Amino acid sequence: MNGKDNILIEVNGLCKYYNGDKIKALDGVDIDIRSGEVVVIIGPSGSGKSTFLRSLNLLELPTHGHIIFDGVDICDKKVNINLHRQKMGMVFQHFNLFPHKTVLDNMTIAPIKLMKIPKDKAQTYAMELLERVGLADRAANYPSQLSGGQKQRVAIVRALCMKPEVMLFDEPTSALDPEMVGEVLDVMKNLASEGMTMVVVTHEMGFAREVGSRVVFMDGGKIVEQGTPSDIFENPQSPRLKEFLSKVL
Amino acid sequence: MSSVSAWFNGLWTDITLWFDDFSDDFYTVFIKKDRYEQMLTGLENTLIITLGALLIGVVIGIVVAAIRSSYDKNKESLKLHGGIGSFILSFLNFICKIYLTVIRGTPVVVQLMIAYFLIFVSVKDGVPVGIFAFGINSGAYVAEIFRGGIMSVDNGQFEAGRSLGFNYVQTMWYIVIPQTFKAVLPTLCNEFIALLKETSVAGYVGVMELTKAGNSIAGVTYNYFLPLLTVAAVYLVIVMILSWLVSRLERRLRVSER
Ligand SMILES: Nc1ncnc2c1ncn2[C@@H]1O[C@H](COP(=O)(O)OP(=O)(O)OP(=O)(O)O)[C@@H](O)[C@H]1O
Ligand SMILES: [Mg+2]
Repeated sequence: MNGKDNILIEVNGLCKYYNGDKIKALDGVDIDIRSGEVVVIIGPSGSGKSTFLRSLNLLELPTHGHIIFDGVDICDKKVNINLHRQKMGMVFQHFNLFPHKTVLDNMTIAPIKLMKIPKDKAQTYAMELLERVGLADRAANYPSQLSGGQKQRVAIVRALCMKPEVMLFDEPTSALDPEMVGEVLDVMKNLASEGMTMVVVTHEMGFAREVGSRVVFMDGGKIVEQGTPSDIFENPQSPRLKEFLSKVL
Repeated sequence: MSSVSAWFNGLWTDITLWFDDFSDDFYTVFIKKDRYEQMLTGLENTLIITLGALLIGVVIGIVVAAIRSSYDKNKESLKLHGGIGSFILSFLNFICKIYLTVIRGTPVVVQLMIAYFLIFVSVKDGVPVGIFAFGINSGAYVAEIFRGGIMSVDNGQFEAGRSLGFNYVQTMWYIVIPQTFKAVLPTLCNEFIALLKETSVAGYVGVMELTKAGNSIAGVTYNYFLPLLTVAAVYLVIVMILSWLVSRLERRLRVSER
C-alpha cells in the first residue's frame, strides 16, 4: 500500500440530497484515492454510483462534505473549479462527443482553447493518441460516422488530450453493443497499466476483477464494503454485497 | 353561321372594353398623380420596419435567451451557493419572464399604439416608433426561439464541455450555440416572414407602409380591386422569395450534417 502522501483525491463526509433532504443520493461517503489506483465502483441501480463519480469533478454539487484534490478543497466556493476539471478527465456512458466537430477537433479544442497549446502541437499529440487506440484513420470523420465503440474510444482519448491526473468513467460500456465492449475495455486496461489513476463505475465484473486495484461496493448512498477484487468477489462480508453478487455473477 | 360570327364579335367587344376599363383603372390607380410612388414608399417603409425590428429583436432575443438559459442551467448551483451574483441573475430572469408574458400576451397592434400614443407622444414619425414597437415585440419571440435552440441541445454536451474545464460561457460559445444553428436559423427566418406581414398594421399609427398605401389609393380612386390585389401580390412575392431562401438554407444545413 502507498503512503498517505500519494493520496490524489480525499473525500470526506460527502452527501448529496435532493428535494430538501428527502432523497439521499449520497449519504456520507469517505474514501481516499491514491495515485495510480484503479478504483472500481459497483452497486445496484440507484445506489449513488453516478452521483458519487460526478461529484468528484463537481458536475453534481455536494450538499455537504469535502473533496480534496491535489491538496485543494475543491468544494470551497473560492476555488476555480474549471482549472481543476482540466486535470480530471471524464468519460460518459453516452460518449457526448461534439457532433459538429471532427474527431480531431473534438480532441484538440480543449487543449487549444484552455491550455493555449499551438494547434499543430495539439494535433500531433491527438494523432499520437488516436494511433494508440487504432483510430488514426478516423481523425477527419464526424462522430456520427463512427460506431459506438469507436465513439467511446475517441471520448477517452479526448479526455486524455488534457493530460489529466485522474480519469473518471461512468458506465463507459453500458451503451455499447456487446461486441464493442471489449475494444473499449482494452483501451481502459492499457490506460491502467500505464499507471493512470482511474475511478470506474461499471457493471463489467470481469473488468473489476482483472483491472481493479480496489473494488468499492455502494448501496443506499454509502460505501458498504471495499477491498481488493479477491476480497470482494471471493470473500464478501456484508449480506447486501453477497445478495448483489449473487444477482450479477 | 352569321350568329357565330356575331357571338365572336360580341366577345371581342367585351374583351376590348375590359382592356379599356383595365387600362383606365391602371392609369388612375398607379400612374395618375404618380400614385405608384406611394406604393413604392409603402414597400420601402414595410421593409425598413421589418429589418429594423428584426435587428432589435435579435439583439433582445440574444440577451433574454442568455439570461433565461443561464438561470435554468445554473439554478441548482445558485440555490446552494447564493451570493449577490445569484440574486442579480434571479432578478434579471424575473424581469425577462414578465417581458415575455406581457409581450406575448397582448396584440402587437395594441403594443404599437401604446408606443405611439402613450410612450413616444412627441415623435411624429411613425416609422422609428414602428421599428421600436415591432422590435420589442419580435424580441420576445426570437428569445424563445434561441432558448428553445439551446434547450434542444442534449445536456450531455454541456457536461462534456464543463468536464473538460470550459467555463459556462466558453461551453455555450464553443459547444452548445454552434449546435443550435441548424434548429434556429430556419425558425428565425419564419419569424422574419411573420414580422413582415405583421407590419401591415403600422398604418394604425399613420405609417405609410405597403398596406396603408394600397388602402389610401383605393380610398381616393374608389377602386379597391387593383390596389389591394397588388398589395397582396407584393407581400406574396416577398414571402415566396424568403421561403425559397429558407428551404435552400435548410437543405444546406442538412448536407453539412453528413
Ligand atoms: N436530479 C435528481 N433529482 C432527484 N433524485 C435524483 C436526481 N439524480 C439522482 N437522484 C437519485 O439519487 C439516487 C442515486 O442515483 P445515481 O444516478 O447516482 O445512481 P446509480 O448508482 O448511478 O444508478 P445506475 O446504476 O442506475 O446508474 C437515485 O435514487 C436517484 O433516483
Ligand atoms: Mg449511474
